Order: sequence, then structure tokens, then C-alpha cells
Amino acid sequence: MPDPIIELVGVKKSFGPVSVLKGIDLRVYPGKVTALVGDNGAGKSTLIKGLAGVQPYDQGEVLIDGVHRDLTTPREASALGIEVVYQDLALCDNLDIVQNMFLGREELSFGTFDEGRMEKEASDTLRSLSVRTVKSVRQRVSSLSGGQRQTVAIARAVLKKARVVILDEPTAALGVAQTEQVLNLVRRLSEQGVAVVLISHNLADVFEVADDVAVLYLGQLVAQVEVSQTTRDDVVGYITGTKTPPGFTVQETSTIATGGAE
Amino acid sequence: MTTSSKDAAPPLMGEGMIGSGIEGGLGDQIRGWWQRVRSGDMGALPAIGGLVVLGALFSILSPFFLTERNFANLMNQAATLVMLGIALVFVLLLGEIDLSAGVTGGVAMALFVVLNAQFGVPWPLALLIGFAVGFGTGALIGFFVARVGIPSFVVTLGLFLGYQGLALLIIGDGGLYRLQVPELVAIQNSNMPVWAGWALLAVMLLISGGTSWWDRRRRTRAGVPNRTITVVWIKLAALAVIGGVVVYVLNQNRGQSVVAVEGVPVIVPIVLTVLWLGTFLLDRTKFGRYIYAIGGNKEAARRSGVKVRLVMWWAFVICSTLAVLSALFSVARVGSVDATVGREIVLSGVAAAVVGGVSLFGGRGRLVHAAIGALVIAVITNGLGLLGLPAGINLLVTGGVLILAATVDALSRLRSGGGSRV
Repeated sequence: MPDPIIELVGVKKSFGPVSVLKGIDLRVYPGKVTALVGDNGAGKSTLIKGLAGVQPYDQGEVLIDGVHRDLTTPREASALGIEVVYQDLALCDNLDIVQNMFLGREELSFGTFDEGRMEKEASDTLRSLSVRTVKSVRQRVSSLSGGQRQTVAIARAVLKKARVVILDEPTAALGVAQTEQVLNLVRRLSEQGVAVVLISHNLADVFEVADDVAVLYLGQLVAQVEVSQTTRDDVVGYITGTKTPPGFTVQETSTIATGGAE
Repeated sequence: MTTSSKDAAPPLMGEGMIGSGIEGGLGDQIRGWWQRVRSGDMGALPAIGGLVVLGALFSILSPFFLTERNFANLMNQAATLVMLGIALVFVLLLGEIDLSAGVTGGVAMALFVVLNAQFGVPWPLALLIGFAVGFGTGALIGFFVARVGIPSFVVTLGLFLGYQGLALLIIGDGGLYRLQVPELVAIQNSNMPVWAGWALLAVMLLISGGTSWWDRRRRTRAGVPNRTITVVWIKLAALAVIGGVVVYVLNQNRGQSVVAVEGVPVIVPIVLTVLWLGTFLLDRTKFGRYIYAIGGNKEAARRSGVKVRLVMWWAFVICSTLAVLSALFSVARVGSVDATVGREIVLSGVAAAVVGGVSLFGGRGRLVHAAIGALVIAVITNGLGLLGLPAGINLLVTGGVLILAATVDALSRLRSGGGSRV
């Protein structure tokens, strides 16, 4: 097993009296797909926002390449090679693929755009991901399908030399064929040595593409296990809280006593 | 891998090849262009069509329309609206609007003329102060829209009302000042020497050919395909022929007495220079790209690290400053300044942009579109004027053309399927 690129130790976050993350330990490895699953409100988004630097954790330690880091801004996270592809893809419909991939970091020569070089790098990146569904890199994004948009958004992260790509529900709005495309892309990413964190509700996707699965239940990490070492029934049980691995105890969500969940 | 119908287009190139969409010979280029037009990306095509139809119509209806004199006159008539349209594109591309662009120019001109005529301030300084009014007004609008977050419609509507009052206060009720600066009167009332018209055309051909050559060289260096060179030659040839005819016609003597009146009006190179600089800014610099990005998806631009507020602020500054230039054209033509300068024209400016194919929703359109749209409206005004029809008809027709243009735009967008399809 290689060293983890990201290691979270006892990460906590609360909003007022509600603790959303109650001490999460998570490890993400280069070249592996780590699926992050859990029901609504389990704390997936909060966990991701911490890694993206959007919403720093209250307590706990973040180790990137074994070095302690405080991720307090998206820029810091990006500088460390962490890129998040959000569910609403943040592409500009009126711009073409190259323009979108280079938005915010266009390449210039003599003060004006070097369109040739940008086009070359964009198509090289797409090619390195074995993308075959895009006919031309000069197509406007408005003419692309959902799967193709997801592809462009992911390629954008790759172009930024991301070492960790966090995908937030990448297949949620896609049909069967397009889901397949995106999952292929996820595989290709990890083959290139990128650490992929895949947030998904779809266990079929998870079992198809992930190496590791981490299950969140009410702000706790119930389990992080290799996909080959677990079954779908177990994972469903962990997600819904009807099953727990041996030695795991569920904590209360609120510091205000409700007398309920023990 | 088979995919949904939208992805299932037959592969044009080898496995895994991703094209630039510009490969192939002339036939492919024309087919590609036609396909873009059919899918709703029509640009200025309807406006150009309208220009041709209107030109033909008025040529038949009026013996004066197709004369050298009227042609030159049209250039001067249209200049104000063309410049205002260009100014407005910068904010329309953001999906914003500037209803105060006209009166901003009015206030700037009022201040300029009062400072110059009444207080004896030298005209270059007074004019500079006028442009500073434009810059400052844009800065103010930009601050309220980008920083405070008030819709631009509201901010500029407020300024539209307020500045009418300001112009009245500066000039005085019923006041009228003659423009007594020959250098400024000249920009709308003088012509270039005959040779300069040809030189202008030569410079345009050189710039157009030069940028094409430069772009192609950079693409070749990067190892990506170029459009077939035939396209460049056709473009240059078209420019040479159309430009040649225009210059030739304008170089004919159109004087009605013994004094020869000939040459391209001075206003033409001025407008073309601003058009070229603005287009360069929008097409080839980060600032321009970010204007389009913000108009397309503000949140995406923000997440990509674009300084959204700063870009928007500058767009409003450019709009208001160019609006002052437009007002200067108007004043130079009329020869006097009163408190009503710029009151009525702003909506015509917006109409010019929309007729030319600039989207009111932001992100789509080019400066030249607004210029062509302004020409359409100017031709309507000019032609109906020659026919001796009342001004009411002019407004009705202009309004009709605007709605027609918006309809064409909406229909073409329906045809292209919007784009939010998943």
C-alpha cells in the first residue's frame, strides 16, 4: 500500500449545537478511487467543503503527503493539487470547450491569447483521458450533452494538474450510457495516478469503479474498507444505520440531550 | 462504446481523435458555417440581410437614396448610434444594461460646452473633463451594480432621470450653446483627402491579413490545424472589393457648387479605430474573455478565479466613456448643445445592438453586430426621411424591425434547443 496523499485524523465540524462531523479518520490514496457514501445529512458535503478549503474544519488534523496543512481557502487547496468538480458544473455555456478549460488561466503570448497552444493542450488532455465522444474542442458547451459536460469539467481539473479530484455526484443526472462514459473517465483518472474521491448515491457505480468505500453515518465514519472486502448488503446496512461493523458505536448528533439515539 | 443519440454522431476522424472543427477544404468550411447558422448561431446575418433589403427598397422608392451625397451623409448620421451601440455591447454582454448612457453623454457635453464657452476653459481640457464625467459615471454605476449589488436597470434608470435634471441645471432652462471649436465640428463635417481613403483601405487590408498570418503562424507552431488558406483570401478579397467600392463612391465629387466635396468622411476612420480596438480587447485579452464568461455563467467565472466585480466595473466604465464619445459625435453634427442631448437615443442604442444580434441575456454578441444594427436603424431613418414620411412612421418601423429581430433571435434559439439539455 502506498502512502496516502490525504489523511484526515479526528476531523470535527459543528454548526452551533449540531455536530456534523464527529471525528472522521479518512485516507485517500494516489491512483485509487475512494467512494464516499452516506445518506442525506450524513456529512459528505461538509467533509468535502473542508478538503476544498471552502469551510475549514473545527478540529482534527489534515495531512497532505504526510505534512500538516490548514486548508482555509480554495486557493490553498488548489495549490496543493486538490480540485473539486461540483454537481452544478460551473461551465460557461456560451464559451467553447477550450475556453472553458482554460478559464481563469488563459495562456498568453505577447499579451494576447495563444489560442493554438491552448487548443493543443486541451485536446491532449482530453485524449489522455481517452475521451472519444467529443468531436471538436471548439464546440460550444451549450451544444454538449450532460455526460460531455461532466467530461469537460473533469478534464478541466486534470488540466490544472490536480493530484486529488473530488467528484460530487458526477453521474446523478446522467443516463446509462453517459454514466458509463463518466465512470470510464474516473478509471482513467486513477490509472494516471490521480487520487479520486467519488461522492455517490449510486452503489452500482461505487461497486463498479471504486477501490475503497468510506461510509458516513450521522457524522461518523462507519467504515473505510476495500470494495473487494465488503458486500453491497453490508454497505447499505452501514448507510442506513441498521448494521455496524464490530466495535463501532453510534454517537448522538446534538449536544442537546434528546434521549433518543443510543 | 455506444452512447445516447446526441453522442452517436459518426466519428469524423480516426479513433480517439479530437478535431478543432475547422478541418477540411472550402466546401467543408461552407457546410460547417451553414450548420452553425442552422443551429441558431446566426450572428449578424439577419441584420446584414435587412440592410441589403432596406437599401434596395429605398433605392427603388427614392431617387436620392443611392447618391454619393446621401451615402456620405448616412455615415455621419449613423456615427452617433454606431458608437452608442458599441458602448452598450460591453454591458449587454454581461447581461446588464445602461439606460443612462445617452444622458451621461449629454451631461458630459453640457459641462464641456459651458466650461469652454462660458468659462473660457481651453477646449482640450474641457473635453477631457467631459470624458472624465463619463469615466466617473461608469465608475459609479459599476460600484452600485458590482459592489452593492443593485440591478443595473434600477441604478441606470435613476441616473437617467437624475442626469436629465443635471444637464438642465448645468445648461439652464432653454439654454443652447453653439459648438465653437472648429476641430470638433470637423469630425462630423469634413472629409479626408482622396488618397487617404485609399490609404485607409490599405491599412485595413494589412491589419486583417497580418492578424490572420500571425494567428496561423501561432497555430502551426502549436501543432494544431489551420482553416484552409482560401478562407483568408476570400475574406481579404471581400474586404478589398466592398471597401474599394465604398472608398471609390465617397471619393467622387458630391459638391453642388463649384467647390469640390469629396473624400471619405473623417468620422469613418475614427469609428473604425474604436471598433477595432474594442474588438481586440473582447476577442484577444483576458478582460474580454471574462466579460463573455460572466455573461454566460457568473458563478462559473467566479469559481475559475475571475475577479468578477472588477471586470464588471471596468465594463461599465468603458460603456459610459464611449457614450461620451457618441454624444460628441452627435453634438459635432448638430453644432450645438442643449439640455436634451442624449435623452432619446439610448433605447435606439439598445435596439441597434439587439437588431445586430447581441443578446440581452448576456454572453452573446460582438461589437460589429451593434455597428451593423445601428446602420440598419440609421438607414430606416435616412430612407424614410428622404421619402418625406412623418417621424411617427420612422419610430413605428424601427420598433417593428426591433421586434422582428428579437423574434428571429428567439426562433433560432428555439431551434438550437436552448442548450440546457442534459
